[in-house]
Amino acid sequence: MAAINFTLNGSAKTLDVRDPEKPLLYALRNELGLKGAKYGCGLGQCGACTVLVDGEPTRACVVPIASLAGRKITTIEGLGTPEKPHKVQTAFIAEQAAQCGYCTNGMVMTSAALLERTPKPSVTQVKDALAQNLCRCGTHDRIISAVVRASEGTRG
Amino acid sequence: MNVITSRRDFLKGSGALFIAIPLSSAAFAQTAAGAKTVDAAQVDAYLALHADGTATIYSGKVDLGTGLRAAFPQIAAEELGLPINRIHLIEGDTALTPDQGPTSGSNGIPKGGMQLRQAAATARQALIRMGAEKLGKPAAELDAIDGEIRPKAGGAGVSFASLIGEKGFELKLDGKAPVRDPKTFKYVGKHVPRPDVPAKVMGRHAFMHDLDVPGMVHGRVVRPAKINASLVSVDESSIAGIPGAQVVRIKNFLGVVAPDEWDAIRAARLLKATWSGGGLPVNHEGLAEHVRKGSKVSGTEMLDEKGDFTATFASGAKKFSAEFYWPVQSHASLGPSCAIADVKNGEATIWCSSQGTHRYRKHFADMLAIPSSKTRVYYVDGAGCYGMNGHEDAAADAAFLSQAIGKPVRVQWTREDEHGLDPKGPAQVITQDAALSDDGKILAWRTQMWCPKPTANLPTIPLLAPVEAGAKQTPGIATGSLSSGGKPPYDVPNLQVQVHWLEETPLRASHLRAPGKIGNCLAVETFMDELALAAGRDPIDFRLAYMSDPRGRESIERVAKLFNWDTRVAPRRDGKGRGIGYTQYKGDETYVAIAMEVEVDAGSGRIKVTRVAATHDCGQIISPDGVRSQVEGCILQTIGRTLFEEVKFDTNHVTSRDWASYPILTFPDVPEMKIELIDRPDQPPRGAGEAATAPVAAALANAVFDATGIRLRRVPFIAQRVKAAQAEMTTKNG
Ligand code: FES
Ligand code: FES
Repeated sequence: MAAINFTLNGSAKTLDVRDPEKPLLYALRNELGLKGAKYGCGLGQCGACTVLVDGEPTRACVVPIASLAGRKITTIEGLGTPEKPHKVQTAFIAEQAAQCGYCTNGMVMTSAALLERTPKPSVTQVKDALAQNLCRCGTHDRIISAVVRASEGTRG
Repeated sequence: MNVITSRRDFLKGSGALFIAIPLSSAAFAQTAAGAKTVDAAQVDAYLALHADGTATIYSGKVDLGTGLRAAFPQIAAEELGLPINRIHLIEGDTALTPDQGPTSGSNGIPKGGMQLRQAAATARQALIRMGAEKLGKPAAELDAIDGEIRPKAGGAGVSFASLIGEKGFELKLDGKAPVRDPKTFKYVGKHVPRPDVPAKVMGRHAFMHDLDVPGMVHGRVVRPAKINASLVSVDESSIAGIPGAQVVRIKNFLGVVAPDEWDAIRAARLLKATWSGGGLPVNHEGLAEHVRKGSKVSGTEMLDEKGDFTATFASGAKKFSAEFYWPVQSHASLGPSCAIADVKNGEATIWCSSQGTHRYRKHFADMLAIPSSKTRVYYVDGAGCYGMNGHEDAAADAAFLSQAIGKPVRVQWTREDEHGLDPKGPAQVITQDAALSDDGKILAWRTQMWCPKPTANLPTIPLLAPVEAGAKQTPGIATGSLSSGGKPPYDVPNLQVQVHWLEETPLRASHLRAPGKIGNCLAVETFMDELALAAGRDPIDFRLAYMSDPRGRESIERVAKLFNWDTRVAPRRDGKGRGIGYTQYKGDETYVAIAMEVEVDAGSGRIKVTRVAATHDCGQIISPDGVRSQVEGCILQTIGRTLFEEVKFDTNHVTSRDWASYPILTFPDVPEMKIELIDRPDQPPRGAGEAATAPVAAALANAVFDATGIRLRRVPFIAQRVKAAQAEMTTKNG
């Protein structure tokens, strides 16, 4: 067992790990009870598991837990709360930008990171930022509208 | 029976507060199954009024991210005369909801919703009768408004609760009970936000994958590298080092369980097993040929015939023929199939995302040799599925593992499982033959289709685990109506529509969104364009000349306007083009017309859809934003299916088992979209979950022809195929 220390949604956490190769996603969902990040592929291809590590969108399904010592992890539960949603979340709700909603975690987290970097993205920048996030239901158009809405821009 | 902690408790554990409308999980906290009628002929099966003025509606149909969870309360609120925020919905729980058939074929609203409407209308009549007695007024002067029976002219009313309390109606559903006049609608046709969206966006919606059952362990099934191989031996010592890991073997069914999920995954990866036999008769590259010529045809059926095709075709001045191929495609759900089962003491409780919990209750019961009456299936939201994916397979996996070890087991498939093993939309070949008269009129048209024959009266699609475990299961093929949509939606004087039924299909088949209809529409609608060109007519003008249905005409005329259609005969061939596709779904349901603009890169052969316009007439609209969202999804998903998707397999197994080898539409592929919903409140509502998929491939192929002069007839329209066709054309012309 090794103890790994990191910051999770603003609080210090210590996690005892038996297998340092275990991806962060399993620790979040099973040990830490945070089920917002989803398993989609376990291959880093779809984005359903996205969390922010030091503000960068990161695929929790492939990041070994051991590599996160000392890092700051934000999950969707820490991004906003029902009482105080993040502006991206407010916009997703306003645009009804989810069908099954399984991809939504990754869309919200990746979009939040985009707006940190690029507060007023163009539609092309939004599409590029989300290019590696898959949605099977075809909710893309609403997601684009939601990100533009969150940036207080207009679609054109 | 073991009862899971309620979703409420589950969410509390993760600090969540968002519970919009309690879903089937609300039933977890309810009293034992069987206390409430589920007889679909009874009003009480669909709804219950409560003493606190709220109501619960029970739906055998489920919300698959499709908006039913908003639409059903809208329908019930409208008919009952109850504010919508006082309505709770329970979906799919086999112990509490009526069997309304599976949620498929876009029939959630047209069938399920209309049953609910009639149940609520019957209830309203009963409440009015009770109110008339209590108020001493004629029933004709009363209405149900805001949870009370009140004089229409105004004045004091009596609450539903004071009239009926909790005791139920004990009434047969009256299919003819008068329903409300659409002119008076307060909820139907209005925007009601979907109750599940906020929790999904906040990361607090409890998906199937997120449920925990006390005492649960994690299971994974180990399947052979060759499809249908037999298990020879297992080396249990290969996972000896993994804490608590245990092997379960039932004939050819092989699984592992472990208390920790990551350990179960590792055990499944490390477990050494030897298999023999198995494999497939053909690979994906040979499948088109196999379907057309190599498969055994069990019979040919004439689905439609008018006039004399053979004679008029022979006498035609100009003749045309074409062959089309639609490949095997996967549901490719974004999340893998997942389920939990608790099977012990002769009882089974199964939590899964099945679109047909009622049907699968019997299937699960039979395979476990447990009575249906001792089997309860809860519906819990999964990742979107578009027909039947692996949800039920994962449930069967979990059930066998649980039965073997006597503990609740959760099984979550891997990505490789999902892409490799989900039952798939089968391949189709379609041919078209037509003749024009010398003045360019359509004389004769024949569609022939080659597709697997669905097994008559097969209640459910066979699952993997019962086959492997040698358990009871009815074998057969189920695909949905693959042969629908082969009939041209035009006034053609001499017509034949024929299907050649194939006895087998190499990969297990199932319903995949709009089964068969996208390929059939591709064939019919691109052929219609060929005929238009030969007749020297613009594609839209030509269609309208053969279309008498006024709703069909309006869909096409309005899409032409919405798209700003550029009326022309000859293709532009300059790399940019526009195309049209039209359908009346299943021949008598929703009308959809789609116009599309594409750009084709001459160097790479890459097709980019730049602009889409669609008109959609599904009769009376219940939830406008729900319909719009479905239409958007249909269009985008099908652009991806048309441009990129084909399940690849060799003679061992499926080889496209991840997103790199089975690409789907991504954000940069998203075109500009304009959608116009045509609402007809006086018409019966039709489905919106699939119809708009049907004309997408056709519109796209027609636009590619306009841009390049190339007719694409084999899906997917990958860049290499476009380039090959370009090269062929250059050789021909040069
Ligand atoms: S689950 Fe991590 S990228 Fe797909
Ligand atoms: S909403 Fe279903 S995958 Fe995106």
